[in-house]
This record gives sequence, structure tokens and C-alpha cells, in this order.
Amino acid sequence: MAQLFHRSTNALANLSIGATVLGAGLLIAFAYSMDRGSYITDVRVVKEQPVPFSHKHHVSDDGIDCRYCHTTVETSSFAGLPATEICMSCHSQIWANAAILEPVRESFRSGESLEWTRIHDLPDFVYFNHSIHINKGVGCATCHGRVDQMPLMYKENTLYMNWCVNCHRNPEKYVRPRDQVFNMAYEPPANQEELGRKLVEENHIQSLTDCYTCHR
Amino acid sequence: MNDKPALDLNKIRARLESAQGPLYWKSLEELAQTEEFQAYVEDEFADRSPDWLNPANRRNFLKLMGASLAFAGVTACTKQPKETIVPYVRQPEDFVPGVPLYYATAMQMGGVGTGLLVTSHLGRPTKVDGNPDHPGSLGASDYFQQASILTMYDPDRGQAVTYKGQISSWISFQAALAVARERAILKNGEGLRILTETVTSPTLTSQIQKILKEMPSAKWHSYEPCGRHNAYQGALLAFGRPVNTIYRFDQADVIVSLDADFLSCGPGNLLYARQFADKRRVQTNVTHTPQPKEDWQEGYQEGPIPARSNQSASYADENRGPVILPPQVQAQGKPPAETTLNRMYVFEAAPSPTGGMADHRFILRASEVEAAAWDLAAALGISGATSTGKLKQAAAIARDLQAHKGACVVIAGDHQPPAVHALAHAMNAALGNAGKTVTYTDPIEGNPVDQGESLRQLVADMNGGKVDTLLILAGNPVYSAPVDLDFAAALKKVATSAYLGLFPDETAALVQWYVPEAHYLESWSDVRGFDGTVSFVQPLIAPLYGGKTAHEVISTLAGEPGKFPYDIVRDYWQSQNKTANFEIFWQKALHDGVVPNTAVPAVTVTAKTPPPSSARAAQGFEIAFRPDPTIWDGSFANNGWLQELPKPHNKMTWDNAVWISPSTAQQHGLNSEEMVELKYQGRTVTGPVWIMPGHANDAVTVHLGYGRTRAGQVGNEVGFSAYLLRTSAQPNHDSGLEIRRLGGRHPLATTQHAQTMEGTDPVRVATLDQYKKSPQFVEETEQDKPLPPKLTLYPDYRYQGYKWGMTLDLNACVGCSACVAACQAENNISVVGKEEVARGRHMHWIRVDRYYKGNWDNPELYYQPVPCMQCENAPCELVCPVAATVHSGDGLNQMVYNRCVGTRYCSNNCPYKVRRFNFLLYSDWNTQSLYGLRNPNVSVRSRGVMEKCTYCVQRINAAKIQSEKENRRIADGEIVPACVQVCPTQAIVFGDINDPKSRVAQLKAQARNYSLLEDLSTRPRTTYLGRLRNPNPEIEKG
Repeated sequence: MAQLFHRSTNALANLSIGATVLGAGLLIAFAYSMDRGSYITDVRVVKEQPVPFSHKHHVSDDGIDCRYCHTTVETSSFAGLPATEICMSCHSQIWANAAILEPVRESFRSGESLEWTRIHDLPDFVYFNHSIHINKGVGCATCHGRVDQMPLMYKENTLYMNWCVNCHRNPEKYVRPRDQVFNMAYEPPANQEELGRKLVEENHIQSLTDCYTCHR
Repeated sequence: MNDKPALDLNKIRARLESAQGPLYWKSLEELAQTEEFQAYVEDEFADRSPDWLNPANRRNFLKLMGASLAFAGVTACTKQPKETIVPYVRQPEDFVPGVPLYYATAMQMGGVGTGLLVTSHLGRPTKVDGNPDHPGSLGASDYFQQASILTMYDPDRGQAVTYKGQISSWISFQAALAVARERAILKNGEGLRILTETVTSPTLTSQIQKILKEMPSAKWHSYEPCGRHNAYQGALLAFGRPVNTIYRFDQADVIVSLDADFLSCGPGNLLYARQFADKRRVQTNVTHTPQPKEDWQEGYQEGPIPARSNQSASYADENRGPVILPPQVQAQGKPPAETTLNRMYVFEAAPSPTGGMADHRFILRASEVEAAAWDLAAALGISGATSTGKLKQAAAIARDLQAHKGACVVIAGDHQPPAVHALAHAMNAALGNAGKTVTYTDPIEGNPVDQGESLRQLVADMNGGKVDTLLILAGNPVYSAPVDLDFAAALKKVATSAYLGLFPDETAALVQWYVPEAHYLESWSDVRGFDGTVSFVQPLIAPLYGGKTAHEVISTLAGEPGKFPYDIVRDYWQSQNKTANFEIFWQKALHDGVVPNTAVPAVTVTAKTPPPSSARAAQGFEIAFRPDPTIWDGSFANNGWLQELPKPHNKMTWDNAVWISPSTAQQHGLNSEEMVELKYQGRTVTGPVWIMPGHANDAVTVHLGYGRTRAGQVGNEVGFSAYLLRTSAQPNHDSGLEIRRLGGRHPLATTQHAQTMEGTDPVRVATLDQYKKSPQFVEETEQDKPLPPKLTLYPDYRYQGYKWGMTLDLNACVGCSACVAACQAENNISVVGKEEVARGRHMHWIRVDRYYKGNWDNPELYYQPVPCMQCENAPCELVCPVAATVHSGDGLNQMVYNRCVGTRYCSNNCPYKVRRFNFLLYSDWNTQSLYGLRNPNVSVRSRGVMEKCTYCVQRINAAKIQSEKENRRIADGEIVPACVQVCPTQAIVFGDINDPKSRVAQLKAQARNYSLLEDLSTRPRTTYLGRLRNPNPEIEKG
């Protein structure tokens, strides 16, 4: 039987094998980058909000503490979002007529809440508690990044499970003294490992990696 | 399901008598070893893949599977949807998002209030529990209270005022009521009638009495279909005046119950159950090798949990080591030889939780209880009492009672005729119990009348045209009034009729004005407890559907429209409490849930022996009417939780049935699920038969509350209405029933043999004497099965820090099933419906197994709640291919919903059958009003996910976080799982086994401690304490 294919088609066959392998690799790389990339994770993505609120201005320029607005961060699972009343405690005096703040004033007048778009949004089967993390010495900036330098709020970390577990497995690498929790500019010292181990001992920081710690 | 073969009762009886069968049996089907039962033993979910097994459907099945696999893969590729945060405009004081608040309130049933503590998450009530400060609760609650929250969110509740079926408004109703008022005033109230259920609310009583004072010819009628008319009349008979009777079971060593189910219903039942169980609690100081081998001293240290970090390779080594035999824990308390228990004799026709706890249960037809009471009274030498000679053991019981003068109780059931109540009063007086174990007070009702007579008069007047305005405040009389009165027909003769009710039900359809009622969780009111203690009812939420309270309706009728119920209640109490400190009194009473010093004072009364009874000797078949165990008089018919709650005694759901004894069924050739026609006094109903071991012969029991036509989408057309046979002359029981086989079957959904375990000795029982001789009786199982040594090749894992465990005391558990309802409410457990229950797919995380022992005529009854055992060597964990069920550091068998792919291997491998699988989308994602009901701390599971008891890990975590913040160890008793919290008898105890002082460690060190299926070496963390019986040796010998 005569040859069906010319010898030169061997090159094509090799090429197609190579292309398949390369294609599969590219597909995996694409899927991975989609999964880790900000298209899916929303990391460093600014979202539309009713008021273009600047943390940078309020924290860095005005020196307002996190807890002035996020009132329940030390006592509850939920850090708390300021009631309109809290905004108005200043903005009835400062920038009282700014057009940009009209939604806030409207909310205060009408009693209708402002609706903020969630930036840090865990899936519903994850039960996170702010108060215990604050209490054990996890700084705000450890998870939320340098909020004091964000003109508009975005997510610094993926909040993926492997990211959470990284710290839950090795808390000594990330914890800081309790009095530094709300310090945005805190830089881990060179001897973080040593300090971390000491803090873990002192503050009874447990490495909780049981599923029920977060899922129930 | 309809082609199930009939049971061969002769064969079953032979098997029981030959003693070849199991010692403990769950059902007649088990004894018959039917195919259906076998399927349940072999597989938790029988008929799990019919499509796959059917060759015709296999191709379709594969296609669907392929498609779902593909789509399931694609659905994972979504972005998280946008969500918003909606902060307050003005945040209320004390509101911390994420931290619940608790408010004291009270729920009434049959007029008697029970104090409650309701959990509120940002203004929405999510869970009801007992108020520890309330004398009628002590922190416990029952399934009606647990499930009442579902009724509040029920989308079928009345949502608009209607006039002749057309939507109207509250304003129009107020105008109509004002007109009626003017008309009535002119006639001095002639023709104005108010019909209520039992009212104990001081405010409502004073409001109605004010109207009666203003219009003296107006009348107040009360009727409650499952009320306590007989107790009222019995008191009249004995004392010549109505009284309220309060028992002290904590002082009673001998109890005689004349058909009284005081452990599961009636006023004060939660307190009585606690007192009863306290007299049954056993504290031993036998040193006993606890199982599994505990190494708590290794792991336990005072103070906060030590830090544990960076466990890599060393982690495993650190926690595994050679087994160090721990010093044994010594259980504190009395030595077994000094153990005392109370003793209870129960006379009843149909098994009840009280009958199940009896040391001697005498099975009598309801009409024969009176004869037994006379015999007992005669044996006690009460003047005027003559023996009928029917109760042979009367002398022995009388001797036992006389040996405990002043420390015993004779209690008569609400369904027994007045003479039985009067005899019980006379016996208590003769035994010196009055003032000690039995106290009498003035009645707690605002309108203490003979309710049967009250309704009869009202209907007579309605028929006689004497009623022109009728105000019905709750109760649904069109459905539940005695059939011979024909309330519906009488209602048509009333010129103006109005009805205040939670649901637009049967009565709402026939009245002119229907006003939706505010649920108690939406109302301001007050109510008296079993001893008269007043609790304020305070709302947790504004009325969801614009409901109104009885206070507002009566206030409108009194010419004060527009007064808020808060002001009505507050004004009344201010008028009663003219001190300068009223505000303090009011705030404190609201906070505590109890108004101090409002218990009704005791009265001294002298009991007379009732005149010899003219009770008819029961001839032929007898019918007894009883409120349904779970949906009561029908008022809970639209509550899915209660419909699906397996009824404590026959584990049936979503139906009522004609209960009949096996012997009588055999005699008449009847079988369970067979349709029969009941004919009584010329009226007929049809219903399915249920063969009930332990039921009296020649009698049937039917339960009221079913056969609703306008209950709502859940309760409509479920079961049959026994009200259609119930007459005003004999509302409780009567002879003269004819029963006729109709042919045809009505399948009943029961859970009694779903989740049957293959063990031989699920419950371990000894008499008190046996226990004193051999405290370790739980290890000598009845069949002398040698227990395998608890050995393993692997070194033991050492649980450092906490080690959670649970004990269930079978000696205290009365089988009331409140834990099942509490678990459902706490853990967002869905309702699956009758068909799915019939396939064994109900979702309750804790079940209460019921076992019979002995012959079918008078078997002993045992209950065993079975939650997840949290095995240390959990068989389920080994087989999960995706590690969705794994072990935690404190020994919990974790179930991770978001990881589960639904292979169901775990449930296949669970010998206790405690895992539940969400086959279809059981959770209701569509009904908006139900969103508010859910516990925000527990995931709402979707289809295709396995779920099971977690020991309420959300509560464990909350306590852990709190203790860590305060830098301390969790205290014993700080974590209370829902089942522990609700339990009236404190039969369930949870805690840290590593702490030798904890209650749970102490209980596990008791000699009575055993685990289920211990030969499998699963090392359950949940263990049981064996049951003790205390029979009278005189009677036991025969």
C-alpha cells in the first residue's frame, strides 16, 4: 500500500504534538492567572461607591483612628460600618454643603441607609471574627494593606483560603504587639520570627487549622 | 408503597412469645422482619438509586450525570456576585452587628404562660428558649415554644383585615366596632358577647371586666378545645370552689398518675419534668474505668490553653505517644447502696411520655381509670369510697403510698372525668399531701368558668337570636367546637361577628370581620404562669403582617380606639402599682421576664369525697379524643417543624391515625395504614389504623387537630379531623364506637425504623436492686456478649486543650423530643415533607429512638436520643474521598459543607446512622419571610451536601473566642448546645472531658456510663448512662 502521507507531514505531526502540549500549558496558565488575577479576585480593583470616600484623607491627613468608624471591630465578628450619623458628626460642620456628600445628607434626612459596595467579601460559608484577630495581635494592615494610603478603597489580598491558612499555620510570622494593631505604619522588626514566637507564647495565640474554626 | 404486604400478626406474636426475637424492638415490622425494615437496616437511605438500577432509565441517568458534571464544572467559573453593606442611619444603642441580644418574653398555651428568652439578631428573632428565671421554665422549653418562631414568620398568616371576604382596613373595623359599641350601650350590653380561649392575662381580664361593668348584660364566654374543664369541675366537686393545683414532684417519692401526662403537657410540665428527673438522678462514687481510656490529666492544665504553633513534623509526634494510663477519675456522690429513686404508677390507655417513665404502667381504657381510682381510694380507706374490685394491685399501691405519707402525689389527668379529679384530691388529703406535695391556690384564669357549659350557652343564645355582636378572640371555634353544637350554623345567625386570629382559617371564612392577630413575638401583653406568676409579653419585632392584639380590639370596643398595646399593658400595671418607683419596677420586670410577688397565694381547702359515680360501664368499643402530641388542638397545623417532628410515641409525621392495640387489631383483622371508618353517634370519619403496642384493648385513641381545610399551605388536607366525632357531652372518651374496614391503604410516614442500628443492646436497663448489687450492669449486657478489648495498634492521640464530650442520661430522658425541635431551630434544618420522610430522608440531626421490651400488650418503653456520636475513631472520616469530614484538634468530627461533593460514602459507613443527606433542595430559598428566621451563625445547606450534628460548634466557637479574649479557660457549663439548653430534665450534659471536675467527666466516670456499639471500637464522645427502674417488689412478684 502506498504511503498516504508524504514524509514532510512528520514535521506537522511533531508540531501538532508540541502545539497540544503548549496549548494545554497555556490553558492551565490562563486558568491560573484568571484565578489568581485581579479579574476574579478583585485585588487592587476599585469599585463604585455612593460616595468616593477616601481612607487616605481621613486616616493620613485627619488622623482619625480606625475605631472611630469601625466601632465594633474589637467586640464583634463584624468590624462595623459607620452609621450615617457618624459621618454627619463631622460633616454637619465640615464640607457641610459639598455636592459630593449629598448622598450622606440625603440618607440622614430621609432615614434611608447608604448602600456601600462590599470590598472584602468572604463567601457565606466562611465565619470570620474580627475581634479575636484584633485581640491576638493581627494588625489591620496585615490583611487590609496600607488603607491609610488608599484614596479609594480596594482589596490588598485575595482572601483565598490558602492566604488565610498561611497565617493560621505560622502566626509567629505575622503577629505584632497588641498596642501596634491599629498602627498603619508598623513595620515588622528584623527579628520578627523571635518576637513572633514570644508573642505567640504570651498572648496564647493558637495555630487553629481545624475546619470548624471558620466553616460551620 | 401501596403494595406493602400486610403484617402477619399471628407470626409476630409467636415470635415474641418464643423469646427468639430481639430483646428490645422498635416496631412490629422489625419483629416481622419485613423487607422494608431490612432495607432500612442495610442502608440509611433505602432506594437510593432506583434510576441507576432500572435498565430503561440508565441511559437517561448517564446523560444527566454527564451534563450535570459538565455544568457543575462551568458554574465554578463565576465571579463572586456584588454585595452591599447597609449600615444604620442612626445605630440603636446596644446594637452590635454580629452579637445577638436576648429579650425576656412569654408564650401562652391553654392560657398558661411560660417565660422565654428570645435571641434577636439585629432586630429579627431567631431562636426561642426558656427563661431560667421563670418558675415554669427554669431555662427549659418544649417543642411548641421552639417551633412558635416559625409560625411568626409563616407567610400564610393573615395579612389584611377582611370584611365578608373582601380586603378592608383596621380603621373600618374600628368604625364598625364603634357602631356595635353604641348599639350595645343602648341595650346595656344585651346581645354583645365576647368569646375567648382561656385568659390569664391580668390586663386583658381587667379590660374585659371594664366592658362588663359598663354593659352588665354583655357576656364573656371562654372555650378551649383541649382545655382543663374536668380539672375545674373536679375542684368544684371536691372543694365546692375552683382552685389551681400545684404539685411538688421534688418532694414526692411515690407518684400515682391517673391518666395524667404531666411530664409532657399541661401547666407546669417543664418544671414537673425537672423535679421528676431530679428524683431519678443517680450520683455514684464507684471508680470505673471510663471508656475510652481517658488521658485527661495529660492534657489538662488550669488556666488558658497553652500556645501551640508551628506544628510541622513535630506536631504529630507531640500529640502521639505511648499510652500513659491515667489516674482514674472518681465520680463524686453517694455510694450505689444508698441510691434512692422515686416510684411512679401510671394508669393510661395510650402510651405517653409519662407512661414511658412509669415503674408500673397499668393499661386501662380511659373509662376504666375511674374504677381504678375508686379502688385505690377504697384501699386507702377513704370514707364513702367503695371498691369495684377491678384493680388487684390496689392494696399494694395503697401500702406504698401510706408508707410515704406527705411525700407522695396522686395526680389526675385533664381528660379524666371530674370524679377522678375529686378522688385524687381526696386521696391527697387523706395521705397528708395537701400543703406538702400538693398545694392549692385561687384559679389563675381571669374567667374561671366551666368552658364546655360556657360554649353551650353561647351557641344556644346564638341560635335563639339573642346574640347580635360576637367578638371571637382567637381559638378557631368553627373548626374545633364540639360537632353537635354546630357552631358554624349558629354563627350565621349573628348580625355582627368578628374574629381575631393568626390565620385566615375556618372561622375567619364564616365571620364578617376578620382581623389578623399579632403573634406573641410581636405583641405587648402579660400572662400568668402555672403558679400565677405574671410575665410580660414583649415584642421582638414590629408586627410583620400588621397584626393586632386582643388588647387593641377590646380597647376599641371600650371606646378607646387607637390606644397602643404597650400603653394598655403599662397603664394597667401602673394602676396596680402606685409607687413612685414604677419605672424601676416596669424595667426590671421586663428585663427579668417575671413580675415579682405575683404568684397566686395558697388557699386551704378541705376535700370531700365525691358521690359514687354514675359513670357508665364501658360497653363495646371505646373512643378517646386527645390533643395531637405535636400540633396540639390544630393551632400548630401550619407549622412544618411540628408536622415533621416524629410524635414521641409512634414516630409518625404529617398525619394522625386511629391508634389501636395489636391484640384488638388481630381480633378485627386490621393492619397499620389500613383505612377504617369510625362511626360514633351516627357520625363517621375515615382514617388509617396505627397498631400501637401498649395501647388498651377494645379502644381506639384519635388525635385532634388534623383535617384542617384552611390552615395554610402546610396544614391543609393533612390527616382527618377527629373533631367531627367529638360531642359536647363526651369530649374526652366514650363507648359506642363502631369500626369498619374500608379497604385501601393510606401510607403513613414514620421514622420509627429509619436509621435502625444493628446493635443488640442499644439501651441498658437494671432495676434499682440489681444496680445496688452490681453497679456496672451496663457492661453485663443482656446477651452476655463479651466486649472486645479496647485495643488498637496505633498509639493513642492525646487531646491537649479541650476535649468535648456529651452524656445522655436515659434515666432522666422522658422522650419528649424537645431536643429535636431545638436542634432544628438552631441549625437551620430544613423540612422535607411527608413523601421524603417516608423514604427515610428527614433531616433532623438528633433523633429519639423508642424501644419496646417485652410483649406487645404491655411493653416497657425506652427512649434514646441519638445525635452524632463524634467518634474518636470515626468510620465516616476514613471513607470520604474529598476530606470533607475530618477530625478537629478537640476531637470533633467536622463536616465541611463547602467541601462535600455528596458521595454519601460517610453515611454508608456510619454505624449509628446519624448523617443526613440533602437529596433535593430542601431549604426554602424562595420564601422571603423565612430569611429572617435563620440562624446567621450556621450555613444554610444546599442540595447534594451531607450534614450532621456538630455539637453546636457555632456556640463552641463563640465561647472559645470569648474566653480567649478574656485570657482564660472556658468554664464548665459555659457552652450549651441547643439540645442541652432545651432539655426539661437536664438529661443531656456537654463539656470538656479533659477537665476532671466538669459535670460531663464526672458523669462519664459513673458506673452506668456506656457507649453505643462499643464493640466497633469507634470510641464515641457521646455516651449514655444506663436506665434504672424502681418497681414495687410486691407487684413485681405478681
